[in-house]
Amino acid sequence: MKDDELKDLLYKMIYLRRFEEKAGEMYTMGKFRGFCHLYIGEEAVAVGALSTIRDDDYVLASYREHAHCLIKGSDGGRVMAELFGKEMGVSKGKGGSMHLFDIEKNFWGGHAIVAGHLPLATGMGFAIKYEGKDQVVLCFFGEGSVNQGTFHESLNLASVWKLPVIYCIENNRYGMGTAVERATSLYDICQKACAYDIPNIHIDGMDVLNVKKAFEEAVKKAREEKAPTLIEAVTYRFRGHSMADPAHYRTKEELEEQKKRDPVETFKKKLMQKKVISEKDVKDIEKEIEEKINQAVEFADKSPEPPLDSLYEDLYIE
Amino acid sequence: MAIITFREAINQALKEEMQRDEKVFLMGEEVGFYHGAYKVSQGLLEEFGEKRVIDTPITEAGFTGVGIGAAMLGLRPVIEMMTFNFSILALDQIVNNAAKLRYMSGGQIKIPMVIRGPSGAAHQLAAQHSQALEAWYAHVPGLKVVIPSTPKDAKGLLKSAIRDDNPVIFMESELMYGLKGEVPEEEYTIPIGKGDIKREGKDVTIIAYSKMFHLAMQAAAELEKEGINAEIIDPMTIKPLDKDMIFESIKKTNRCVIVQEGWRFCGVASEISSLIYEEVLDYLDAPVSRVTGEEVPMPFAKNLEEAALPNKEKIIKAVKSVMYIDQ
Repeated sequence: MKDDELKDLLYKMIYLRRFEEKAGEMYTMGKFRGFCHLYIGEEAVAVGALSTIRDDDYVLASYREHAHCLIKGSDGGRVMAELFGKEMGVSKGKGGSMHLFDIEKNFWGGHAIVAGHLPLATGMGFAIKYEGKDQVVLCFFGEGSVNQGTFHESLNLASVWKLPVIYCIENNRYGMGTAVERATSLYDICQKACAYDIPNIHIDGMDVLNVKKAFEEAVKKAREEKAPTLIEAVTYRFRGHSMADPAHYRTKEELEEQKKRDPVETFKKKLMQKKVISEKDVKDIEKEIEEKINQAVEFADKSPEPPLDSLYEDLYIE
Repeated sequence: MAIITFREAINQALKEEMQRDEKVFLMGEEVGFYHGAYKVSQGLLEEFGEKRVIDTPITEAGFTGVGIGAAMLGLRPVIEMMTFNFSILALDQIVNNAAKLRYMSGGQIKIPMVIRGPSGAAHQLAAQHSQALEAWYAHVPGLKVVIPSTPKDAKGLLKSAIRDDNPVIFMESELMYGLKGEVPEEEYTIPIGKGDIKREGKDVTIIAYSKMFHLAMQAAAELEKEGINAEIIDPMTIKPLDKDMIFESIKKTNRCVIVQEGWRFCGVASEISSLIYEEVLDYLDAPVSRVTGEEVPMPFAKNLEEAALPNKEKIIKAVKSVMYIDQ
């Protein structure tokens, strides 16, 4: 890989980290309410995966989706405005943190029923094939989703009908507060793909290059052979399930241990060791991102609330 | 006018819309090689092939969601529920995705899809196969609910539903698939959201749809012999409801009976009654009367099933009660 590409991956991961930290800060300050699920610790998954697709490929994610929306190309100010419930938000303030949609960028949500969007991703894959196109669909969800019926129904249909969909389990170890081994019969979750005769790839989701490599392979397969893949990216969330969760169900020692795998820090260190970037480069990146995020907050702050007469808009098409 | 069955009318609508628009496809359990559990899709696989007439596994949430996902990208799926009883397995997809994606994305997405199939009781299908669920779907903002009673209406409304850019729940009936009726030879559509005064009268308004409409017609014929002249409104669409047609009729007749097959509590009849009380109370000479299914899971035994459903006699009784005729 070229240095610029590596640098870009790092830039995006730092951007997500800082954006989410800011979102958490804004939530704590009372700038917005509702549920807010941060992606801190999982950045390598979205960044690595989305670096392998085209602008016209489709991405869907769960309610922990700020990252996927931003990396797919949405403007940070409009994402922050959506979190704030403002008119200039990507979903005009009607979706909020869990329902970011930016169709122009081919980011298709922001879905808050666990595994409820997997059939949608499957249907988008169906439409691509129906129309003879060559796009692919990337569908992200937590490991808690694999116990839902729609996970199994979707994988079965994608396999029977040969659809260009990549299903990605973001295994952050906890479905809310329930550890994966307490919830799922098969610890090696991606093996579930075998039941549907779908190839599966198990990866270290803390290593952005590892993620990228796995998705390159899956995307190629989806685009060229119209075939699905199940990828399990083993990651970890450093914050609670949502802003309301102090995460008492895990030990401090476990968290500290996992933080040694921090995808941003480890990749940064790696690039510095390889002399791809310098201390100064990192400082410059941090400074640039800080400014960008401050501007996003400013944009969100300035945006008006949605007008009251928009209450009944966007419901039916006349 | 040709005389065809309700089943043929649905089949013609599907066929014509599939010929007209390549983006229309039919998907569901047994729609292809089996020609539909109730033979509604007879001949479609042969004409349009497996690409557009798609047999699915038994996976209602899965294939309903696939339909929604395909609609998101601009296709116009017609998803067949073998019966609407099975749509309960897909309720999350319909309520949380089909109905809401447009709104919660701030209007960026459209879901031009139809979910259709038979609804309500047939003969002794027992508790899990005998449910009239239109009120469930009518409750949800973002959905339209269409429930025709004649072959002509079914064809015209299904064509409109397929052309509609919103998700439409389209309910048929096992017991009506063989029902014959006149259908225009030429191309036509019937607008969603408009009711139909199927029988003009002056003494009482009976509102009834789907199978209940036919019971109401039988009741009206009997009442006529006793000198009672009933007007019958078939709303055809439950959502959006043609309220004005109902209000105008009540202003004329001053009395109203509403018939629905589904359970009484929070039913379509409850909603229509409420609208009438809110808007045209002063025109009423008697409280609105509801004839509904009994609030029990459908029993299997023939006599109990009959007792659980509305019938002609129950409608006649309700009409006489709103007319204060001693019975």
